[in-house]
Amino acid sequence: MSADHRTHMLSGVRSLFSLVIYPLQTIASIPTDMGLWLDVQFNSHQSLITENETRRTENLLLKAQLQKFTSLQAENIRLRSLLKSSRKLSDQMLIAETIAVDLDPYKRQIVINKGQRNSVYSGQPILDAYGIMGQVIHPGIPSSTAILITDPSHAIPVQINRNGLRTVLYGTGAANYLEVQNLPNNADIELGDLLITSGLGGRFPEGYPVAVVTNIMRDPGQPFAKITAEASAHLEQSREVLLVMAQENAPQLLSDQEQDETQEISQQKGLPVLSPREESSTHRESSTLKEATAHE
Amino acid sequence: MSRPVSHGGIIILVSFAVAFILTMLPVPDNLEVYRPEWITLVLIYWCMALPHRAGIFTGWTVGFLLDIHTGSLLGLHAMTLSIIAYLSYKLHIRIRLYPLLQQSLIILLLVTLSQIIVLWINGITGHAPNDWSYWLPSLTSMLVWPWLFYLMRAIRRLYGVN
Repeated sequence: MSADHRTHMLSGVRSLFSLVIYPLQTIASIPTDMGLWLDVQFNSHQSLITENETRRTENLLLKAQLQKFTSLQAENIRLRSLLKSSRKLSDQMLIAETIAVDLDPYKRQIVINKGQRNSVYSGQPILDAYGIMGQVIHPGIPSSTAILITDPSHAIPVQINRNGLRTVLYGTGAANYLEVQNLPNNADIELGDLLITSGLGGRFPEGYPVAVVTNIMRDPGQPFAKITAEASAHLEQSREVLLVMAQENAPQLLSDQEQDETQEISQQKGLPVLSPREESSTHRESSTLKEATAHE
Repeated sequence: MSRPVSHGGIIILVSFAVAFILTMLPVPDNLEVYRPEWITLVLIYWCMALPHRAGIFTGWTVGFLLDIHTGSLLGLHAMTLSIIAYLSYKLHIRIRLYPLLQQSLIILLLVTLSQIIVLWINGITGHAPNDWSYWLPSLTSMLVWPWLFYLMRAIRRLYGVN
């Protein structure tokens, strides 16, 4: 047990024996799969047509937005190359399905049907269509176990979308609820603020929505405000999830950035630094751009 | 564990597989806390009925697989179920003679013990659930035991597992 707790030596054993568990998990998920299948089978023709129609319009809208996105992305790359700053721009995705099985009721974990044979690795971020869901913790061979952001032992570095204030979001163990534990009472955070990944841990890609602030309790007697947030991702409902594939040099990058991040967090615990990072960088970009054009 | 005359080992395997499936079966969130500890119950039954077939090693193996499934610390359930298997092996002659009600109480004791061990180790290494509902599985396990006992005995006699 201590070997598993202190080191990662047993992860190979774990992934090997997941081969034994996988058939059982598949059988256990049959009732749910059957339910879904029946649901589809008995869906009326009409409702399928309507659904198809809505999907088609949605697809059209999304494609139109994507056109703009491509040009924006190109522009962003150009500006960043002027700044000589690099950022991971595109994330490759792999679609996985959750296997409908229950794990420990006091943890928030899911099983997905992709494993090491699909080059899933430990720490790989998982998203759904609405935001960050969690990360892989035990990559097995045919399937993997992933921890959700709401698990009580999970924390994710985030920033407020509105002003770039960075903090850490902790899971609570309750479905969909998260907590910000280390922002002081006077921190600039409001109800309805969107928290997005800051990318500081080096584990989650930057800029994905994580949660929306739902409640702020500022007790003057307490050093920190009690802030709860609701996860943007449909953690308990999503059947299809997206696995973000990182670049090849990810593990090396990870360890470096992880160290940075732990320092960052320890600094933040005492006194959160207000830094509108995004805004300042865009300012810099525009000024450099002016200079660049002036040079020409 | 195995003897030349023993047969019906496949039945034991299947019973554990069914226990695993019952443990994994998705149920609504509010019912999840009532789920009996199926695997522990089946283990206790086999340790009690066929102590020469099932024992500490069976407990360890089953617990190990349970660890893989729940993603808990590797060895946590393995150790717990080994202890439970040991205790039910030690007590098996006594438990067999008890009336069902008294058996159920012993089951309550054993399952609670297993939960205490799990809670203890979880508390040391990370997050232990701080909730009264954590103890509900021992109660439901106790209530399920008489039915499970009759069912398992019928299966054992039907297939002549010994």
